[in-house]
Amino acid sequence: MTSHPPPRGQRYWLRNVRLVALLLVLWFAVSYGAGILLAPWLNNVRLPGTGFRLGFWMAQQGSMLAFVALIFFYARRMDRIEREEGLDERDEEDAQ
Amino acid sequence: MSVQAWTFVIVGASFALYIAIALRSRAKSTGEFYVAGGGVSSVANGLATAADWMSAASFLSMAGIISFTGYDGSVYLMGWTGGYVLLALLLAPYLRKFGKFTVPDFVGDRYASQWARIVAVVCALFVSFTYVAGQMRGVGVVFSRFLEVSIDTGVVIGMGLVLFYAVLGGMKGITYTQVAQYCVLIFAYLVPAIFISLQVTGNPVPQLGFGAADLATGQPLLERLDGLHAELGFAPYTDGAKSMVDVFFITAALMVGTAGLPHIIVRFYTVQKVRDARWSAGWALLFIALLYTTAPAVAAFARTNLIQTVSGKEHAGLPEWVGKWEQTGLIKFDDKDGDGRVRYVADAATNELSIDKDIIVLANPEIAGLPDWVVGLVAAGGLAAALSTAAGLLLVVSSAISHDLLKSALCPQISERGELLAARISAAVAVVAAGYVGIHPPGYVAEVVAFAFGLAASSFFPALVLGIFSRRMNASGAVCGMLAGLAFTSAYIVHFKFLAPESNDAQHWLWGISPEGIGTLGMLLNFLVALVVARFTPPPNAQVQGLIDRIRVPRGADGPRAARRGETPRGRA
Repeated sequence: MTSHPPPRGQRYWLRNVRLVALLLVLWFAVSYGAGILLAPWLNNVRLPGTGFRLGFWMAQQGSMLAFVALIFFYARRMDRIEREEGLDERDEEDAQ
Repeated sequence: MSVQAWTFVIVGASFALYIAIALRSRAKSTGEFYVAGGGVSSVANGLATAADWMSAASFLSMAGIISFTGYDGSVYLMGWTGGYVLLALLLAPYLRKFGKFTVPDFVGDRYASQWARIVAVVCALFVSFTYVAGQMRGVGVVFSRFLEVSIDTGVVIGMGLVLFYAVLGGMKGITYTQVAQYCVLIFAYLVPAIFISLQVTGNPVPQLGFGAADLATGQPLLERLDGLHAELGFAPYTDGAKSMVDVFFITAALMVGTAGLPHIIVRFYTVQKVRDARWSAGWALLFIALLYTTAPAVAAFARTNLIQTVSGKEHAGLPEWVGKWEQTGLIKFDDKDGDGRVRYVADAATNELSIDKDIIVLANPEIAGLPDWVVGLVAAGGLAAALSTAAGLLLVVSSAISHDLLKSALCPQISERGELLAARISAAVAVVAAGYVGIHPPGYVAEVVAFAFGLAASSFFPALVLGIFSRRMNASGAVCGMLAGLAFTSAYIVHFKFLAPESNDAQHWLWGISPEGIGTLGMLLNFLVALVVARFTPPPNAQVQGLIDRIRVPRGADGPRAARRGETPRGRA
């Protein structure tokens, strides 16, 4: 076993870390941002067609829906990145 | 059929199902006992994780807490779901790639230190055991409420059932019973919610009905609720009463605590591949969000119903269910001004009605006048929620003892069969101990749960994340960080909860952060201490560097797992 990953492993890791950082910014923005810090301000707006004040809705509904979307997005993107970098597990499973 | 008969039939049928599943999925090796042989599909693991996660507190108490605190209740909604994003992005795929059996396994191997392993074992035991005691109590409460046996008898029945399938099937048995338990509990939660949403707003989807107009007045429901709150002197429902700092810190402590809970992390060791760990975190959160987005809707409907039913009404003329719940002590009426009317206001000196939060879910079917079988369904759902969480926690307790203490630290020569036997015995002992605590609960169960989250946040999470994302992090850094986080968080909580509870208010708190939220600061302290100490001590050796390289890439997921595969067939139960 080598002590450092081959270059494609390093590139894969870099792409992964960048994607994780971007998604964590969004994670923070929908919950701590829209649901807490900006909630009093967003509460002046109503979600169109409903009785929800926007900050309240983000805290009790929107942030959770966004979390689900973020994880599925990450899983999909990582499947693609792993295919592109030739690091996906499928061919290996088939070989067994 | 009466309510009682319906409850017996539905609860009995659900128990028969769990036992049948347990008999079909017995564990034959330690690999199957600890991680179900690593052969669980991502959707099945998502379902099992959702049931594992949602406890009696989520099922019975959460909607009630939101109902009485409005916006402030959002800390639980965001806090108990947002942690899954951290799990999926920062922990689950890498821990699955590492692929041994427990969280202390990872800490011990990554930091190549028995010290770090022992600190992790102690945290895992403490966090899981405090949690499981609360679950056994929850089982007892549901039994006594719906089947009219004493709470103690209820705890014993619950113990017997968990003992049967956890000891027999280990993780394999638990996983497949949890899948069934999720189905029971979500059905039991959604049916009354849909009925009530239809009654109050005419919209069958609670998440939408919540934002719609009230059928009775035509005014948006939440606006009406804010108005009712203003009349009675409560803080507006959609604004809440907690300070922003505190809401921020509590939410963060719950999120990070969720990501650091060993019984949740260990579920991601059970899937087949690294990519399955990511997908199953998504499925788990989707299944959790189904209940968690319904809860605030139920809370708002119940709050409106409740205020309209009781406020300013003659006590003698209240509906029958009020009297029934008064007998149990969950509703108390004290006619202070002697006019026979219920005065329900924010001011404690003149308020005449006190209502327990658990009543919101328990009494919902009666408040909405739903058929008798729905009551039986809610009982079965509450039991499914409590039992599935208890079983998952007990497995962590037993594997911490048989695997992390016995096999990895005390007597490494123990055989596979000996370890499996030890795992079964420690699971049995843990069930009995948890049952004992459930029957003789310490007076501070609720406080202790806040403790569990704070400790998970301030100890495990930084050690795990740094272990994966920092090559430089070494054993000294991780151990000092964990100890600093633990010491700070426990000192703060013990001070305000046990030593000086009279000073537990915003004026005395550090920067306005309550003991519930202090785990966030403990976590930051842990990160800081770990990074500083690691800078001044030697970096990890080449073997550990190799381990870090290995867990970062998915290819070759069976590096450390080869042994596990050799000993267990990969077929599903």
